[in-house]
Amino acid sequence: MESMAIADGLQARFPEEILQCFSFQGQVGVGIRPDRVVEILGWLRDDQAMRMDHLRSLCGVDNARRKNGGLGRFEVVYNLYSIALRHEIRIRAQLTEEDPSIDSVVSLWSGADWMERETYDLMGIRFNGHPNLRRVLLPDDWEGHPLRKEYPLRGRGEWVGITDLQAKLEELDAHGFKADDPGPEAGDAGDAATGKRKGDC
Amino acid sequence: MGEVTVPSMVRLEEGVRWIPGANALLGPLNKLVNWGRAGSIWPVTFGLACCAIEMMDAGASTNDLDRFGILFRASPRQGDCLVVAGTVSKKMAPVLRRVYDQMPEPRYVLAMGSCACSGGVFDTYAVTQGVDQIMPVDVYVPGCPPRPEALMEGFIKLQEKILKEQFRWSQWR
Repeated sequence: MESMAIADGLQARFPEEILQCFSFQGQVGVGIRPDRVVEILGWLRDDQAMRMDHLRSLCGVDNARRKNGGLGRFEVVYNLYSIALRHEIRIRAQLTEEDPSIDSVVSLWSGADWMERETYDLMGIRFNGHPNLRRVLLPDDWEGHPLRKEYPLRGRGEWVGITDLQAKLEELDAHGFKADDPGPEAGDAGDAATGKRKGDC
Repeated sequence: MGEVTVPSMVRLEEGVRWIPGANALLGPLNKLVNWGRAGSIWPVTFGLACCAIEMMDAGASTNDLDRFGILFRASPRQGDCLVVAGTVSKKMAPVLRRVYDQMPEPRYVLAMGSCACSGGVFDTYAVTQGVDQIMPVDVYVPGCPPRPEALMEGFIKLQEKILKEQFRWSQWR
């Protein structure tokens, strides 16, 4: 089936949920409201004419600096593909800045699990009903969501894991253990010509 | 008969002499220990990014690090030298330090590539800006990624450094 025909089928089945339709370079995207996303994607998966059995990717988008309006602050993008029928469609669920949350689709495709965790980790979009919504790339005690546009490139402050590590290294140094230190006797017994090792290389 | 001839010692190199007929070498123990160490650097591999590919290439047949006595080991307990090959993310930094802490003395660190030396182009929230922030580094090999020849040059620099060491084998170290 052509992608545009799939979009038309969605429009006919869920007329009040479809916001707009995007078409670029032969690829078709459908913007939807987020509330009934599991129902819409479930229909795409189970309908005999659609059979979208493969969730190719799931990711988040931050539209904070996008010029053309009409889009929500955040989007969750689902790229669907039918292995049996070899057609595809892109679904773009629009989320608001105040409540960036959407229902989880892990019940439809279990492969969505880590992709939703990654989107939560980097974009801060919550997935209601997710079985294990923890960070997946960044450490558990990281603060903030780095792929949001307001997040500074170098972050805000240092991660507590690094400061802990540096405090531990300072403690080691306080005990006087330094691999490079030749020790007090080495200077007397060592070769005066070569001297200390420090700064050789 | 009756006269004892003392064999004259042959100078092999600075500070090392050979006694002909006695099958003996005379010289400082520093030289012997450093010679043994420099000829058998066993690096722990810590491949993190594209630099690891060049490191593997340096170890493969064309460049063949084995001829320097450099054999890659997979365990820090068996390694002398930690080759940090690639971008060290902040999440990886405590792990890398733990690997370093598990290595027995004497141990050396070779930072391979721009990322391990300074963070490289990744001046971001997630990347350690140089592995020397968390452990002492002996040799820096710049490049993005460095060619296998550059890594070999780094190992040769490390060998030169080891050969200059004094009393690193003793309890007074």
